[in-house]
Amino acid sequence: MSASTPFALFANATSLPWAEVPAWPVAELVHKTGRELNRGARLCAWFGLPEGDRTCLVAVLAFDADNTLAVGRSTPFIGTYPALTLLNPQAHLFEREVWEQHGLTPAGHPWLKPVRRTAGDAPANGEFFRVDGREIHEVAVGPVHAGIIEPGHFRFQCAGEEVLHLEIALGYQHRGVETALAGGPHRATMSQMETVAGDTTIAHATAHATILESLAGAEAPLRAQWLRAMALELERLANHTGDMGALANDVAFLPTSAACGKIRGDFLNLTALICGNRFGRGLVRPGGCRHDLEPARATQLLGRLKTALADTEQALAWLWDAASVRTRFENVGVVFPAQAAEIGLVGPAARACGLVRDVRYDHPAGWHRFAQAPVAVWPGGDVFARARVRSLEIQRAGQYLGEQLAAPADGELHSEIAPPAPDTFAVALVEGWRGEVCHVALTDTAGRFRRYKIVDPSFHNWTGLALALRGTAISDFPICNKSFNLSYCGFDL
Amino acid sequence: MFVFDTLTHRLKRGCETMAYPKGPAPALPDRHGGTLKVDASQCADGCKACVPVCPTQAITRANGETVALDLGRCIFCAACVEVCPSKAITQTGDHRMAVRRREDLLLGRTGAEELRLGTALEEKLRQLFGRSLRLRQVSAGGCNACEADTNVLGTIGWDLSRFGIQFVASPRHADGLLITGPVTKGMELALKKTWDAVPTPKIVIAVGACAIAGGPFVGHREVNDGAASVVPVDLYIPGCPPHPLTILDGLLRLLGRLDERPVPV
Repeated sequence: MSASTPFALFANATSLPWAEVPAWPVAELVHKTGRELNRGARLCAWFGLPEGDRTCLVAVLAFDADNTLAVGRSTPFIGTYPALTLLNPQAHLFEREVWEQHGLTPAGHPWLKPVRRTAGDAPANGEFFRVDGREIHEVAVGPVHAGIIEPGHFRFQCAGEEVLHLEIALGYQHRGVETALAGGPHRATMSQMETVAGDTTIAHATAHATILESLAGAEAPLRAQWLRAMALELERLANHTGDMGALANDVAFLPTSAACGKIRGDFLNLTALICGNRFGRGLVRPGGCRHDLEPARATQLLGRLKTALADTEQALAWLWDAASVRTRFENVGVVFPAQAAEIGLVGPAARACGLVRDVRYDHPAGWHRFAQAPVAVWPGGDVFARARVRSLEIQRAGQYLGEQLAAPADGELHSEIAPPAPDTFAVALVEGWRGEVCHVALTDTAGRFRRYKIVDPSFHNWTGLALALRGTAISDFPICNKSFNLSYCGFDL
Repeated sequence: MFVFDTLTHRLKRGCETMAYPKGPAPALPDRHGGTLKVDASQCADGCKACVPVCPTQAITRANGETVALDLGRCIFCAACVEVCPSKAITQTGDHRMAVRRREDLLLGRTGAEELRLGTALEEKLRQLFGRSLRLRQVSAGGCNACEADTNVLGTIGWDLSRFGIQFVASPRHADGLLITGPVTKGMELALKKTWDAVPTPKIVIAVGACAIAGGPFVGHREVNDGAASVVPVDLYIPGCPPHPLTILDGLLRLLGRLDERPVPV
């Protein structure tokens, strides 16, 4: 399919000269992008690039079946352009973001309001969508939530128990990550990349390191690529296990909740065994990794991993054996496959709608070019399906780690890389535990970042949570929320 | 079937809560390194090797002065330890890092080679909170790592509630706040309102480099460089994120439950 596209084609974790990216008048870019999206491409990123007092729009697309990425841009313009959202809803948040950041108005956008703007003391999120009627009541939750969790605001429109509509307003966590990257990389950049979403440290750090490596026309040594893949799966194991425990807790199934809470820590401690930090900070660096997993350490890791995996299997068996749990998960918080494809869901949330969509498989880079795990897919789109996919991914990540730890790549762990090439465009996709982590960079004539765009999987998936709540009882919000467990700071940047 | 299964397994596993603080503290990962120590007398004249490698500008050395390390800003990446030619900055392996005053995290001057561990609350507050402390957690730009390692204290391995410490949903039910994140401009109002809603007397605990001094985001115009610019802070727990053991040590230290004195009745 990608063969006939007018966009410039390239592979994940590679770069191309900016001059090779085709430019069209904006209406044509919108038309062409809409055409590709409607024949199966996915919108990975859609963002503005200031040029003088004007702005270019850049579209990064993924042709999953062809293992190919594509990029195109508009000529610089100012003011209004025809909304891409009208052709394909995947663009709806991206266009709101572009409007907020660059003042370009997507004409005809059905719900144009800021995504994270801070005006005065708190994010100004404008009017909420309201359902009218004597029987309708509105529930407002947040930004400070009941548990130990990041802040965001949820506005429910309810008829009795039933949620008719949920609108999610974020922006409270905005730390200025993308703005700070301009002119970079700076001293603090790597630490900021490791904290874009703190539970996704390895995936974001790997994406950023890969960007710098491909801008330098280099690759990290194989051993570093191997180690990054190991750490990525450990991150997946820890988070999925924690979420399975949280799901169990929310349906009052305490044995699994108690066990998974502890096992999650066991997995985090395995990451700490490699690099000292439970979240993997300080491990991934441009050009390689900073700590090695020597044979003795790998043996220790493997032993502890096997124990933790056996514990997880047991804890999950209790959960799946319990009819009382299954009945609470089934047909709750359904996202239909057509909706999932339409809004561009990624990660386990998409795979739980039957979509075979996994960067490790569709756009393999790094170690995943040599070793892959089967994609875990389940139909249904409900909490049950999302929990099933998580369970399957725990098994497969465990198996993958077992196989790959036994077959490490030899050689150097780190190599010096050249400074980024000037006027070059690079994209790195990494399948984090929530889904596709996308980093896009463009360098200026001096080889510094002219624009750096980060798309956390949560950016795609928050809309999925909102849709899942439609027609669901408001008391089921916690399990729906846990089944997605999206990042606030990853969205707010 | 599964009920018996579950019970059997639980019985087989026994109590999984750690012995600490009655028994020894669990070992930190060997590559963790613990807190840092600065021996400025070891510094070579004019050497500033550690200054540019620090991602959070926690290390400074003005001309003619000794090196200064702010552990409040430090994310413990140990890049300075690696690069120091004279072993002036070293890791101690100690998990204890909580202090009561911001300045107790500043290292470098003679007599200030190490951080000055925090003391317990004054007697009146200790009597109030020593055996029952309810905290409301507010994430104000936290990346979910400090949050996660605070949350983990509630699991069976750590079992925070055995100390009478619990996290509650409403600030009205709380004795204080535990704050993570650099306090983004977007969360400033919400944090103030939450603090106002906690009845006095109340305490504030800042967990992590961000909540102490802005962490990796120090200086960004979108953040406040830490909780102390918005509310008064009673305890600072450094780290990125702090190890759960470091957080627990801080909480117990504040409540005066780590020394030999009897628990107040």
